[in-house]
Amino acid sequence: MLMRRSVLLIYMSLELMLNAANLAWVAFSHFNRNLDGQVMVFFIVTVAAAEVAVGLALMVALFRQRQSTQAEDFATLKL
Amino acid sequence: MNEILFYSLAALTLGCGLLVVANPFSRNPVTSAMFLVMTILSLAGLFVLLGAFFLAAVQVIVYAGAVIVLFLFVIMLMGSHELPRRAFHWLLAAAACLVTGALAALLLRLLSALKTQPPAVGAPVEGGTALLGRLLFTDYLLPFEVVSVVLLVAMVGVIVLSRKEAA
Repeated sequence: MLMRRSVLLIYMSLELMLNAANLAWVAFSHFNRNLDGQVMVFFIVTVAAAEVAVGLALMVALFRQRQSTQAEDFATLKL
Repeated sequence: MNEILFYSLAALTLGCGLLVVANPFSRNPVTSAMFLVMTILSLAGLFVLLGAFFLAAVQVIVYAGAVIVLFLFVIMLMGSHELPRRAFHWLLAAAACLVTGALAALLLRLLSALKTQPPAVGAPVEGGTALLGRLLFTDYLLPFEVVSVVLLVAMVGVIVLSRKEAA
């Protein structure tokens, strides 16, 4: 079922989803007139940066072993 | 004026976001990364419209400045070859449409059930950035410190992961 998909594109989509959540936080914080939502967005951005760094390091380590960036090639744990 | 700006930025965000995941013209990951930059910049514009100036700056500096550079680094490291074109799956497309439609219906129903009117738009919270900083160092001091530890752990983890193994 899994088709060839670039792990990099999956990661970029993850960033898009986090950004969508950030936009929702900021909008709600604006309409409710308090800053808690903006603080939350600050934390989300920080954690997303850390997560991207670790994920890309994992990707480079995987690329060294398999010479591929396709999710299909990393499916050795699948039954 | 604000409404024109909002609608054009929203359209730019949606269009570029779509082009990140499904670009009909190019299958190169570098193109996707560039459209991700465009999405993030227009999101920063939306943040400015919502009065979150500090977050707009953070968005540009951290996302467009650091995360995308990291992405481009890795893409260049792995060689930016064209990705293979994928066959269109009707089953997957139908499942995606079903889930998105259900979510949209839920949201619309929630919005129509909402009795309270949102307060008038405009006039952002007074002293946004200063207040945000004060909040960060009083009410949210513990999460702030924990997040700094998370960054440290991530940095150490990345160094360990990307070290050349002897074995």
